[in-house]
Amino acid sequence: METATEQRTLFTKEEIGVTTPEDSKPQHRPEKTLPADRAQDKPAPTVGKPFVDNPRMACRHVNVFYGDKHAIRDVSLDIGRNQVIAMIGPSGCGKSTFIRCLNRMNDTIEGCRVTGEILLDGQNIYARQVDVVPLRAQVGMVFQKPNPFPKSIYDNVAYGPKIHGLARNRAELDEIVETSLQRAGLWDEVKDRLSHAGTSLSGGQQQRLCIARTIAVGPEVILMDEPCSALDPIATGKIEELIDELRRQYSIAIVTHSMQQAARVSQRTAYFHLGDLIEVGRTEQIFTTPRHKLTQDYITGRFG
Amino acid sequence: MNNGKPKTIEIVQRSLVRRYRAERRFRRMGLGAIVLSLVFLGFLFASIVGNGYTALFQTQVQLDISFDPETFATGELANADYPRLIKEALYKAFPQVTARGERRALTGLVSSGAAFQLRQMVLADRSLIGTRRSIWLPADDDVDMLVKGHLSRQAGRLSEAQLAWIGQLQSQGKLAKHFNWTLFTAGDSREPELAGILGAVVGSFYTLLVTLALSFPLGVATAVYLEEFAPRSRWTDLIEVNINNLAAVPSIVFGLLGLAVFLGAFGMPRSAPVVGGMVLTLMTLPTIIIASRAALQAVPPSIRDAALGVGASKMQMILHHVLPLALPGMLTGTIIGMARALGETAPLLMIGMVAFIVDIPGGFTDPATVLPVQIYLWADSPERAFVERTAAATLALLAFLIVMNGLAVVLRRRFERRW
Repeated sequence: METATEQRTLFTKEEIGVTTPEDSKPQHRPEKTLPADRAQDKPAPTVGKPFVDNPRMACRHVNVFYGDKHAIRDVSLDIGRNQVIAMIGPSGCGKSTFIRCLNRMNDTIEGCRVTGEILLDGQNIYARQVDVVPLRAQVGMVFQKPNPFPKSIYDNVAYGPKIHGLARNRAELDEIVETSLQRAGLWDEVKDRLSHAGTSLSGGQQQRLCIARTIAVGPEVILMDEPCSALDPIATGKIEELIDELRRQYSIAIVTHSMQQAARVSQRTAYFHLGDLIEVGRTEQIFTTPRHKLTQDYITGRFG
Repeated sequence: MNNGKPKTIEIVQRSLVRRYRAERRFRRMGLGAIVLSLVFLGFLFASIVGNGYTALFQTQVQLDISFDPETFATGELANADYPRLIKEALYKAFPQVTARGERRALTGLVSSGAAFQLRQMVLADRSLIGTRRSIWLPADDDVDMLVKGHLSRQAGRLSEAQLAWIGQLQSQGKLAKHFNWTLFTAGDSREPELAGILGAVVGSFYTLLVTLALSFPLGVATAVYLEEFAPRSRWTDLIEVNINNLAAVPSIVFGLLGLAVFLGAFGMPRSAPVVGGMVLTLMTLPTIIIASRAALQAVPPSIRDAALGVGASKMQMILHHVLPLALPGMLTGTIIGMARALGETAPLLMIGMVAFIVDIPGGFTDPATVLPVQIYLWADSPERAFVERTAAATLALLAFLIVMNGLAVVLRRRFERRW
């Protein structure tokens, strides 16, 4: 509870920018009034360079509400081509919510409302006529917990191509499965047991299987929501190498709690704080010379 | 540490004894509950089997029947005087009996259904006419009860002369117990020795088939819609509350509803398995819906995310991933509902399935009865021989239930997947 209070207080100070008499004694402020105050806040302006030339995805003034809760506040950010953008920030800052907007996975959550524009190659994915099925084929997603289907390894990878009709015959499907597993760096480990259950693999292998499943559909963008949080360092290392490989072909957005991981795999980093996008910039710049005080506090381990 | 205060470990040690004692008590209570229910179950089975196993055998009399061509002179085999053949054979076996009344007492030893057996034999094989055969025919139920020891010789149901003839037949080896095939191949009858459970078994089978065919798809579809598609609103809340309430409605109310709606308003046939099945469907649906919804809720959301994440549509997600994982749970709910439906009597009484029906039903609209109703009817009959048949029918009901559950377990095994 101590840290939460501190975070909120920090934010409020930053936000208002001036020290009011009450703010000078934050310890006496009853905590329950804080959300009410926040509701009147304006979203924090983003520091740094949220936009790139020729982006793959462009988000403009995105707001997300869970019922009354304002989870993402006026975020504008570009996802560049063939690069990895890392989203960092303390728990509950909205980075996972934001990434789930990019392929409309939030649609499945009841009471979730998204406003603003998210453009994929110039087309607003929240437009009325857009169908989520082809969208999710274009923007694939890897989840925090490895979640292979309770089917064979082969069927796990073949499922996406099958439902989208990407293969005309069995031979083509076999090829898609093989190349996807190869790209996910799993082929050599599983080629002799494709008919075994996907759930029989180790955690790291399962996560690579999920990545193979995502690539098999041939997406343009891959979203990864803390893909390594359930894995040991060796499996994490493999996935990170894989992400670096995949960058050549895909645009990747990754949410991570590990700042080292963000520094290792990403070219750009976005720092979220309590629903605001605080700072965006090249990864080296964010980790060496952050411009915003909150970013600095977070990466130096002052909180989070 | 502090001089006066006891250490934490000492306090823990002291409470430990008490904790372990409570644990042992708890364990013993659970064990006691299991033992108690096993004892009751054993008692139930012992009493049913003890009462029912004698029904598997039926006392039969061996008679030398001569298929006299004169009897069949009219040429109509179906209407020939078969009882006469039996009488003739009996008179020949007991030549000393000549008085009219005595002769009637003599023919009373053999079941009145024996003539039908002869008729069937002749209809199946004409070449019997003119021959002489030694045939085992069912004895009357009083004889059967006497042989099985359920009827005392002083009871007065059999006269001294009859007892003497029975003794004579027994000493000649012409009176013996044989396996009671009639019990498994015949429908109901007023004569215990001719009564069988096949009609009720077939009736139960048809009724449950209708119940399953209606309630499983309807229940699963309702559960899928409510769980996956329906928006949370006042209406869906209302539906949910009502489904839960329906599960607790006394079954006879469903029978009244069936009587008023299916028979009254729709004019459907009385005593028919199709109506029985529909009434039991109403009763079973809430159970299946509630179990299916629980099974759907138990499917991990990560599987849904995974399917949606690769671009599956909502229907593909449900059909390919959620339903297969929820199916074992849905089957469990279905089997609980079906088992209840199998044992249900009250609603079926209301729609006329309690009628005395001799014929074995040949379809869904034929008049039929079901096993529990058959048990009820037999338990209500005055003849002593129906007591053992009641128990035997109960055994058949249990066997039916076990077969049904076994089938469900096999199905569930096939669909069960681990993740």
